[in-house]
Amino acid sequence: MSDTATAPSTGEPIIQIKNVSKIFGGTVKAVDEVNLEVQRGEFFALLGPSGCGKTTLLRMLAGFEVPTHGQVIIDGHDMSTVAPNKRPINMVFQSYAVFPHMSVEQNVAYGLKMDRRPAKEIRERVAEALDLVKLGHLGKRMPDEMSGGQRQRVALARALVKRPSVLLLDEPLSALDAKLREAMQMELVRLQKTVGITFVIVTHDQSEALSMANRIAVMNAGTVQQVAPPTTLYEAPANRFVADFIGKINMIEGDAVKAGEGEVTVTAPGIGEVTLAGTATGKVALAVRPEKIFVADNEPADPNVIKVKGKVGEVAYFGSYSNVFFDIGLAQPLQADISNVTTDVEEITFTAGEEYWVYWRKADTLVLGD
Amino acid sequence: MSIFKRNPDPIGPLDYSRRFSLRFTVGLTLFFLYAPIVGLIVFSFNDSRRNVVWRGFTTDYYVKLFNNDALMLAFGNSLTIALFTTLFSTVLGALTAYVLWRYRFPGKAIYEGGMALPIVIPEICMGVAMMVFFARIGWPSGMIWPFNLSAITIAHIAFSFPFAAIVIRARLESFNPELAECARDLGASEFRVFRDVVVPHMKPGLIAGALLAFTLSLDDFVITFFTSGPDTVTFPVKIYSMVRFSVTPEVNAASTVLILLTLVVTAFALRMQNRNNMLGSSGH
Repeated sequence: MSDTATAPSTGEPIIQIKNVSKIFGGTVKAVDEVNLEVQRGEFFALLGPSGCGKTTLLRMLAGFEVPTHGQVIIDGHDMSTVAPNKRPINMVFQSYAVFPHMSVEQNVAYGLKMDRRPAKEIRERVAEALDLVKLGHLGKRMPDEMSGGQRQRVALARALVKRPSVLLLDEPLSALDAKLREAMQMELVRLQKTVGITFVIVTHDQSEALSMANRIAVMNAGTVQQVAPPTTLYEAPANRFVADFIGKINMIEGDAVKAGEGEVTVTAPGIGEVTLAGTATGKVALAVRPEKIFVADNEPADPNVIKVKGKVGEVAYFGSYSNVFFDIGLAQPLQADISNVTTDVEEITFTAGEEYWVYWRKADTLVLGD
Repeated sequence: MSIFKRNPDPIGPLDYSRRFSLRFTVGLTLFFLYAPIVGLIVFSFNDSRRNVVWRGFTTDYYVKLFNNDALMLAFGNSLTIALFTTLFSTVLGALTAYVLWRYRFPGKAIYEGGMALPIVIPEICMGVAMMVFFARIGWPSGMIWPFNLSAITIAHIAFSFPFAAIVIRARLESFNPELAECARDLGASEFRVFRDVVVPHMKPGLIAGALLAFTLSLDDFVITFFTSGPDTVTFPVKIYSMVRFSVTPEVNAASTVLILLTLVVTAFALRMQNRNNMLGSSGH
């Protein structure tokens, strides 16, 4: 079981989730017809608000839940109903689940002992795994003598020592404080590159997913909304939910009145009629990220921008940028993140009530359907 | 902090220990609880056949006690019964607690309530029920030692294992289910998960439950009285029969020994329970 990681790499995805649904108690649809593929060696993230089904999906990969419908195929074998102890997968639990009555070494050795590996091999591999997570000197410690960050490293070493084809991580950083969390993000990326094992991480923290993963599946209400690399997810979200869930975004409600080839003409109050790249129809939202908005005293002459007059409302100063809300005569104010590119305090200060031209490039505007 | 010397500082809002009402209540309850017991222990050292007037200090009655063969035999019976009861109650209690914690099944609430029945029903009813039960099924009596104690032991297991189950169940509440899942994920079978992860966590509960069963069995009079025969006298039953003739300091001495034994075991059980709670709160 532990040798599957060294199997020759093929083009076939390591995980295939085919039409998988999980219904609890006959009525609650936790996961709804999900199709996903995870490639060999990927750092894959399942991202979504709590209750979106991402943890249930992960537990079906680990074998703690059996899908109501559909198939979970791991490394070419249908694993839908295989018991957790018979899967080439290991998991790092949210609480780390370090066995409190065993020393660090005993914890890491446990999985190999269950596989009945020879004592010598166990000793070597445990030492190797502890070195990998930089705990080589703490093997004799008991878990209650360690910090949260160290315990997490024990959990990582314990899972990695079995050389699984896939490592699952359930909200691995949620129990750490902010500084440690950032360090651990880098550490996880480094680890994944070193061992070359496929990582699947579940998180509700978008910055965690964006900074670590190669690809992210955004989930909501049991369904997958979009699967894409972090940049695509942020710059070209597939729908309103993804756009709203990842980062901050302004949305102006409008109607798509004419559709051309890869183009759509939208009318929206306060903006008028604009033709943009996009395919959405019906009720749409014109969406733009706050950092893509510019501010000017005079009306911009560039025809490739969308411009509105705005009055300064709330201002929050963050040092490197200011988050400014502009009243543009609609229900929702428009928020802009203005980079503070000069030390001239006068220049970068916004006072409530001041009027400016607020504009952004048409190319940076997204047309989002439901 | 003398009771008699006045503390010059005014009594603060949280200085409860300096308020008369509190001291009075505590003093009164302590007196009612412990005066008889202290009296009993003090008079076990009284140098007199009659247990009324203090005539001087002696440990004669303790010596006499240990030379009283009938009493020693009863004591041996009690310990034997208590040991078997402890063993079976702990195993049975642990299994019950594990099943109640691990599984959901129809009628679980009823089962759980039924489990607690021996704790709430009057002991005298339990005793009569046991007596009738053994008579009805014709449980053999007059077997050789220790099988002659089997009826009493079975009765003791029946009323003490629910206590053990409750203590162990409480301990299991603080168990992090992810530990079991993690062991499973690392390749352990259901049985190995139980042995390697669940049992180590249950351990303080097992010890506390065992000690509880031990003291319950050792002290029990009512149920034992109904299930014991002339050749199966236990320590409490023997003390009772001695009292029927006269309350000599020997009875006091025997009772004192029983109190001491119970106290020591209970103290251990409480310490285990405390460790339970502390471990439970620090872990996940």
